[in-house]
Amino acid sequence: MFSLMKEKAKVLDKDAITRAIVRISHEILERNKGTESLCLVGIRTRGVYLANRIAQSIKKIEDKEAAVGSLDITLYRDDLTLIASQPVVHKTEIGFDITDKNVVLVDDVLYSGRTIRAALDALIDLGRPKSIQLAVLIDRGHRELPIRPDYIGKNIPTAKNETVEVRLTEIDGQDEVAIVEKNE
Amino acid sequence: MSEAVIWNKKDLLGLEYLTREEIEFVLNTADSFKEVTTREIKKVPALRGKTVVNLFYEPSTRTRISFELAAKRLSADVINISTETSSVKKGETLIDTGKNIEALKADIIVIRHSYSGAAMMLAKSLGISVVNAGDGWHEHPTQALLDIFTLREKLGRIEGLNVSIVGDIAHSRVARSNIWGLTKLGAKVTVCAPKMLIPPGIEEMGAAVTSNIDEALKNADAVNVLRMQFERDEQNAFPKQMEYFKKFGITEERLAKAKKNIIVMHPGPINRGIEMSSEVADCPQSVILEQVTNGIAVRMAVLFLVSQAHDRKNENTD
Repeated sequence: MFSLMKEKAKVLDKDAITRAIVRISHEILERNKGTESLCLVGIRTRGVYLANRIAQSIKKIEDKEAAVGSLDITLYRDDLTLIASQPVVHKTEIGFDITDKNVVLVDDVLYSGRTIRAALDALIDLGRPKSIQLAVLIDRGHRELPIRPDYIGKNIPTAKNETVEVRLTEIDGQDEVAIVEKNE
Repeated sequence: MSEAVIWNKKDLLGLEYLTREEIEFVLNTADSFKEVTTREIKKVPALRGKTVVNLFYEPSTRTRISFELAAKRLSADVINISTETSSVKKGETLIDTGKNIEALKADIIVIRHSYSGAAMMLAKSLGISVVNAGDGWHEHPTQALLDIFTLREKLGRIEGLNVSIVGDIAHSRVARSNIWGLTKLGAKVTVCAPKMLIPPGIEEMGAAVTSNIDEALKNADAVNVLRMQFERDEQNAFPKQMEYFKKFGITEERLAKAKKNIIVMHPGPINRGIEMSSEVADCPQSVILEQVTNGIAVRMAVLFLVSQAHDRKNENTD
C-alpha cells in the first residue's frame, strides 16, 4: 500500500516549538509547586525527546533536575493487528520508582487518545504514582476516549484525512510541525 | 513512524530457515522483553485472549516451564499436554492432535517431538502458529537463540567471535541450531567431540571440526558445552563417563590455558563431573543460569512475533 503525502502547511517552526516547551515547563512547575516528586516520562519515540527538552528547560528555570524516563507502549496497544507495518518493541527505560511521584507523561501529538490509554496501563504496571498528568506538543482533536491533556503546546484543528507531523532535530534533523494531507 | 516488516513468519521452525536480519530482529525484541522480566509486575497484556498449547512428546522441564512462563508473562492462557496423559497414547496421529488443538481455537502450539521435522510437518498442516521446542536431532531454535542472546549480551557482538561447541554433536539439535545461527551472524564455530559423535557433513554447515579439546578451547571466546546424552546410547557405543571427562571434560586446568575471559555455556541439565567439573559450572565465566533467565525473554519475543505475524496475515487476506 502506497499513499502519497502532501504537505499542506507548516504550523510551528523552531522558535515556536521552543516557546511552547518553555511555557509548558513553567505550567508544570506552577501546578506541581516545583520539582519535588516530579518526574517526566516520554512516550517513544518523539515524546522522549520532548520530555528531555522540558527537563532541560525546568533546569534553566529552577536549577533543579527532574528525572526523565522513556516508555514503550507497543505491548499495551489495542490496535496491534490493525497496523500493516511491524511495530517494533523497544525498551521501557525508567530508572526510578514512580510510586508516589507526580508523573508527567509527554507525547508529541494527541489524537484518538488510544496511545495515552495504553501508556496509562503501562505506567500503572510499573508502580502507583501520586498523579499522572499529560503534556502534548500538539492536540489535533478527534478523541475516541475520555482523555484530555493538562499541558498543550498548540491546539491544531485537523481533518481526519490529515496528519500532524512533529519533526525534532534529534531524530529528524530539524525542528518543525507540519500538517500533511493523505491522498489515498 | 511505520517500520518495515522484518518478521513475517507465523512459525518458528529452525534457524536454518531464518535470515541474519530476522535472527537479529528476534534478539533485539528479546532485549526489550528482558526489561519486562526485571519489573515487579512481570506481565504485559500483549497476548491477552490468546491460548498457547505446550505439546510435549518428550520429557522436558526447563524448556516447558520457560515457554509456560513466557506465555503467562504475555498474558496468554497456557495448556500443557504431555503425551503420557493424552490421546496420543490411544494412537492419535500428530496431525490429528494438531487439528484438534486448532479446532479448540488455540493460537500457538509449542511442540517438542523426537522426530526430526515434526514441527515443520505440523506447521504445514495447520493455520495456527507452531513453535519448535526441539525436534529429534534437527533443531532447537529457541535454545540457540537464547545462547546467542546471552553471548551477545556478554560480549557485545557475535560477528568475528570464535565459539566452540563441545559434546555429543551427532545427536544434538542444540548444536545444529547454534551452528546455523552463529555462522549466519558471522561467528566462527568449531565443534569438538569424540570422532564417533561428529556427524558426517557437519563441515558443510560451516563448522570446523576437532577431537582435541585443548585445540577447541585455544582461541575460543566462548565454549558451549553440551550434555552427554547417555540415555540415547542404546548400542552402548559411547565412551564411558570417566573416560569422556578425562578427554573432553572442561576443567579449571583446561580453562587456564584458554582465553582469560572465555565464556562457559551449557543448555542444561548439567552432568557435573562428566561434561565439566563442578568448579567450572560455578566459575565466574559460567553464564549457565543467565542463559535460563534469558530464555524467558527470548521465548516471549518468539511467541509475540509469531502471533503478530499470524494475525497480520489473516488481516490482509480478509
